[in-house]
This record gives sequence, structure tokens and C-alpha cells, in this order.
Amino acid sequence: MTTTDIPRPVAKGPGRAASKNRPRGANTGGLRQAVSATTLLWIMACLYGFPVLWFVLSSFKPSSDLFSYPLTLVPHNPTLSGFKAAWDSANFSQYFINTALVCVITTILTVGVSCCTGYALAKYDNRWLKAFFLCILATTMLPGEVMLAPEFLVVRNLGLYNSFAGIILPAVLTATGCFMFRQFFLTVPDELVEAARIDGARELSIFLRIMVPLSRPIMLTLAILSFQWRWNDYIWPLLMLNDPNKFTVQIGIQSIVGAQNINWSVLLGASVISMIPLIVIFLVFQRYVMSADINAGLKD
Amino acid sequence: MTKSASAVAASPPRRRSKYTLAPLVLIAANVVLFSLFFVWPAVIGLVYSFTNYTGVGAFQFIGLDNYHNLFGDSTFYDALTRTLLYAVLFVPLNFAVSLLAANLVVSKNAKGSSVARVIFFIPWLLSPIVVGVLWRWMFGENFGLVNYIIEKFGGDAVPWQSNADLSLLVVVMAAAWTWTGFTMLLFIAAIKNVPVSYYEAASLDGAGPWRQFFSITLPSIAPTSFIVILLNTINAMKEYPVFVALNNGGPGTSNNLLVQYIYDTGFKRGQIGYASAASFVLMLILMAVAIVQLIVNRRVENR
Repeated sequence: MTTTDIPRPVAKGPGRAASKNRPRGANTGGLRQAVSATTLLWIMACLYGFPVLWFVLSSFKPSSDLFSYPLTLVPHNPTLSGFKAAWDSANFSQYFINTALVCVITTILTVGVSCCTGYALAKYDNRWLKAFFLCILATTMLPGEVMLAPEFLVVRNLGLYNSFAGIILPAVLTATGCFMFRQFFLTVPDELVEAARIDGARELSIFLRIMVPLSRPIMLTLAILSFQWRWNDYIWPLLMLNDPNKFTVQIGIQSIVGAQNINWSVLLGASVISMIPLIVIFLVFQRYVMSADINAGLKD
Repeated sequence: MTKSASAVAASPPRRRSKYTLAPLVLIAANVVLFSLFFVWPAVIGLVYSFTNYTGVGAFQFIGLDNYHNLFGDSTFYDALTRTLLYAVLFVPLNFAVSLLAANLVVSKNAKGSSVARVIFFIPWLLSPIVVGVLWRWMFGENFGLVNYIIEKFGGDAVPWQSNADLSLLVVVMAAAWTWTGFTMLLFIAAIKNVPVSYYEAASLDGAGPWRQFFSITLPSIAPTSFIVILLNTINAMKEYPVFVALNNGGPGTSNNLLVQYIYDTGFKRGQIGYASAASFVLMLILMAVAIVQLIVNRRVENR
């Protein structure tokens, strides 16, 4: 968008055609490069976009048309029956609500806790904080998948088996979140804190009144990431949840895939419904994700 | 007057360490979570890996038997080699396509790059389960679009699902497709940090785009490249849901990776002790990867 918008203010005058032609006339090698780069980019974009397009368009086909040859890209009789069947069948609406609940609570907790920790790590200096920083670094080396069995036993011993708390609490601490906030607060000048201290503000109110509002963009970025991680989480909810009424969307979809005869109409509907929230969130908050400084080594 | 001024000037470093209560309050929640869900499982995991615990009831310490059995277990070896093969295929493929995408997106010559960037990024938003379903839909043996097109052009249906190697290949493509958007963002950030003057100087000297890419871009983004390779290796080593949704880790058990092996032995067969031992082997691999990362990072920073 930005690259195509830039010439516009220049082009307002009478020399509109000339200014458009200038880069083309300057050298033909540049034109060839521009054409080949654009072509290559769009060939690649089509390759990447096509699977999703095919998948989404297929979900609008009535189940009788799904396997009828010749296959067509655009459905002949578009219908919402697949979505409706998916939404009504197998508690899918319940799964959707469960997942949304888990995601929202986890995201709020993750953002809050990471903000506090990141601030403490950036603006205070003592041995214990340094040690804790190393501890958080260590968690990146040991992802949850590595400790499935013992972590399961711990959560079971805490009495959280088959409850949402059992999914939410282990997911709150993320190294990525702490690093993101730490990096951000390191860029906030210490003088700001000192000035507030001289004015007699107490430590925690400096944090709550000055620092928390400052970090709003980071909060939003982490919130989107955290929501995405939890929405797409599969293995941990699968282990933790036993009661079908508490299942999450991903478990619901996998249970359709795992059936002997896959009901593709329902499966396509359910999958497309499960994609909607993240894609909407992403499109709305795109710039927070795209401009995020994610060099800290992003992973949950 | 001067005395008090110097005292004030000297005080900030000392005053900083005076605050101990406030930071402790701020990190308290994460400290609790860290000890509950990280230290505790790590410790009991290590302990259980030396026992024959089944998840309930009593257990006995059996020394290194679990580890001993593990190295004689052909299923474990199959899972381990399959995981390594997957990593070896996925990491370079994802690296190459992401780098290409990043270069095209930042290229001044390419039109519509911001829309293309969103298209590249959307697969990353899909859950691994949905990615598996999506590629299964495309690569179904009897009903998939890909085989339909191949047959239309006179080819024979390709056994994407019943051939173990082809099945792995589909997962590799699916995973590379999913992770491109994210890896691309890391590369874009790195490429934008390369000073423009380098390219200007190079083009004055008559270097073409390929030469510029190999002589300027690639060396300049080396630290990011390294991080990308290591992050993706870790991601590949713990892959599980895509395999389950795409082909149930099949055909048969041929594409069961390490995490699936741990899951099956620990939770389907109830051998928690044995699964913990397998977990620790996986952990050692990941630690080795992480240590390489730390060493290289330090070398890059010291340069």
C-alpha cells in the first residue's frame, strides 16, 4: 500500500503522465526488474493463497457436490448447510464458547503478568531479578511438549484436571511476553521514573499510572499473539479435558477428522468457522502484528 | 552545597538497588507460575524417568533401565529418525521460501507487496489442526484437488496418503507454507536494517540484483538467519498436531514423531516413567540446539 501511495501527491500537477512515465523511461532494465519482481511476488502469493481459497470455497458447496467431478473452484449452488451442520452438531457452539473463554482469560492474565515482570526486569536491578531472568530464559529451552507427562501429573495433583484453570494457568507464563515488555521498558528513559519518584510517587503507582499506559501497543501485540497461541492450542487441552462439554474447538475438529468416515461437509464448515476469529482480529490489528519487534525469539 | 550535590549525583546507582519490595511484588505471579509449572514438572519428570511409574499407585526406582530400554526400542528409533528427517527437510525449505518472500515483499520494484504480505501471513494464523485438514483436503488420494489435476493431465493418482515418504513430504510442504509468514517477518526486519548505501555503492560498481543479494543481503542478515534456523529446528522437533490431522501420523505408525511417541507411551499405554525418559532425550536434543544458539549469539555480539 505505502509504495503505491507515494507517487500520488507528486502526480497531482499537470505533469501527471510524465511523472508516471519517468521511471519507465529511465532505463528498461528497471522495468524488466519491476515486472519480474511483481510477477514472481504474485505467483508466490497465489500459490500461498490458493489452498485457503480452495478450502473456503469448498466449504460453501453442498455435501453432494463436494466429490462430484469435474471439481469446480466456485461452488455452483453455494449453501451454508455445512456451517449450519457443523455449528449444530457435536456441541460445536459449546466448544466455540469454551475456547473463546479460555483464550480471553489467558490473554488478559498473560498480558498483565508479562507487563509486571517485564517492567521489573527492565527498571530494577538486583541479583534475584537477574537470576529470575535466566530462569525465564530457561523456559524457552523446555517447551511444554517436552514435559507432557510430568506437567500433566502436576496439574492433576493441583486438582485442576478437567477444568479450564488447568489449561489457563500453565499457559500464562511466556518468555516471549516477558521479553517483549522488557525490551520495551528498556527504551523508556529512567529519568521518567526518577522524576516521578522525586515528585513522591510510590513505586507501584509509578508502574500503574505511567508505565502501563505507555506500553499499550506492546500489550495489544502480545494480546494478539497470546490469543492466537491459545486458540490454536491442541495437545494440552486434549490431555487436560475429559468432559466433552468442556472441549475446545481444535479438539472438536480433530474428533471429526479422527472418525472412521470423515464427514467432509461438517469438517470443512467447522474448520472455516474456527478460522474466522483469528483472521478478523488479524485484519483489524494488522499493523500491531506486522510491525512487532519479534526478534526476541517468538514462541509460546 | 557541593557536597550535597555530589551526594545526590552519587545516589541513583545506590538507590536503584534499594527497591526490593516493589520488583518482588511485580514478579511474584510469574515466580509462582514458574515454580509450579516449570520447576516442579522438571524435577518430578527427572525423578520419574528412573522409575516404572504408571501414573497411579506405587512405583519403584529401576535406575537407568528406562534409558537402557529406550535405546533398544526400535519404535523410539523410528520416531527419532523420522523427526530428524522431518527437521532436515522442513528447515531448509522454509528458510528458502521465507527468504524469497521477504526479498520480494521489501523489493521496491514489486507492486502490491502489502497485500501479498497479508496473504503470506494468513496461513500462520490457522491452527495446526486446520492446516492438517486443509492439506488433507487438497492431497486426498481419491478426492483431492491435486490428484484430480494430475489425472486430468494424464498422470496416475499419486499415493499421497498411503506412501509414508510422500505423506511426510506433504507435511513438510504444509509446515513450510504455515511458517513462511512468520519467518518472513523476521527476515523483513533484518533486511530493512541493512544500510541502503551498501546497495547504492554496489549498483554503482555494476553489481546486479543476484550479486547484491549474495554479497550484501545474505551476509548482513546472517544473525537472523541463524536464529531462524534454530527456532525452526526446535519447532520441527516438537511437531505433532499437523501430522495427526493430516494423516494420523500414518500410514500406520510410520510418521509418528517424538512428541506423538511420548504422548502414546505416556497416556495411551500409561508408562509415565518410560515416557519421561523419552522426554528427557528430546530435552537433551533441544538443549543442544539452544546451547549452539547461545554460543553463536555470543560470538556474533562480540564481533
